[in-house]
Amino acid sequence: MNYIFYFLIVISIIYGAINGKLTDVVNSILSGAELSVKVAFSLIGIMAFWLGMMKIAEECGLIEVIAKIINPITKKLFNEIPEESPAIGDIAMNFSANAFGLTNAATPIGLKAMEELQKHNIDKTSASNAMCMLLAMNTAGFQLIPATVLAVLIGVGYKNPSEIIVPTLLVTSIAFISALILAKIFQKLWLPQRANQPNKIDNKRGNDK
Amino acid sequence: MNIINTISLWALPLTLILILTLGIIKKVPIYETFTEGAKDGFKVAVNIIPYLVAIIVGIGMFKASGIIEAIEGNFSGILNHIHVPADVIPIMIVRSLSGSAALGIFSDIANSLGPDDYATKLSAIMVGSSETTFYVLAVYFGAVGISKLRYALLVGLLADFIGIVAAIFVCNWMFL
Repeated sequence: MNYIFYFLIVISIIYGAINGKLTDVVNSILSGAELSVKVAFSLIGIMAFWLGMMKIAEECGLIEVIAKIINPITKKLFNEIPEESPAIGDIAMNFSANAFGLTNAATPIGLKAMEELQKHNIDKTSASNAMCMLLAMNTAGFQLIPATVLAVLIGVGYKNPSEIIVPTLLVTSIAFISALILAKIFQKLWLPQRANQPNKIDNKRGNDK
Repeated sequence: MNIINTISLWALPLTLILILTLGIIKKVPIYETFTEGAKDGFKVAVNIIPYLVAIIVGIGMFKASGIIEAIEGNFSGILNHIHVPADVIPIMIVRSLSGSAALGIFSDIANSLGPDDYATKLSAIMVGSSETTFYVLAVYFGAVGISKLRYALLVGLLADFIGIVAAIFVCNWMFL
């Protein structure tokens, strides 16, 4: 992430300068910063609502029931997370909300799942395998009906919108399944996480064998 | 298609009824529990601000520099071979970075070329089948304060790439 952040900003400034767009690049700092706060603040209300609802769902045992139903799948995908963790139920709810295009509900539930996964994380500053898997599920953006795209198409007079639904579903499924498989592969290839140690500067290299 | 639309419409209201009814039956104090859970909403939203600022400002600068147009020019020759119209190239580049930008370009294509054009269909499939990888990573990892992403970004971008390739193939196969 350090290099990406560096690359995005430094390359943009250099290229903007060559391109004669340096003013635009500088102005985009302010508008981007403003937009970030707007995005975050627009999330507060809906986030509070769904976190409240999910708390009730958890207290009355609903999340646990859902978690049990999808257990065969999640056991494979999230093998590091204990079966009785509320994270599993949250992940199932997050996936269903995404599939039905309910982004407003999916994000708060997904974030709650992240908090549950963080409890099982051995290094609180780095992403656990389970988190990477949940992120793979979410960045792939599996959706049954692409509602926004359909609205635009119908707006310009598209006669047969169902024509676009099947190919989109096919593509989104391919991308989604690839994401899960890739996450599983990288889980094995990537350097495993190391537990947080109290004197981590001393131990940083010392544990390598 | 109609069935899925109906499910989409009712999924949310029915979930709410289910949660609240179950809460009452199980004698959970639903109002107190709701407010207890909702308290975290503000905290989570504020927690993600630093991560969002880093990503959204970085990507905003990247877009403003005009570098995307330069990449576009370099790829148009190769992509022409597999029937990717030049109009669609910006969507392929921008899609993982900014959802609103991708949707904006798609609306432009749909409005200027009309609903029956191949470019409209291909860009509709590309936009409809993806999620903004950078934004999702910033929000999800920001909420729990994680800065070392390990392989999460790589997986997200590879899956996006596979999605683009799949979209081109499926569109070639169905609409050419």
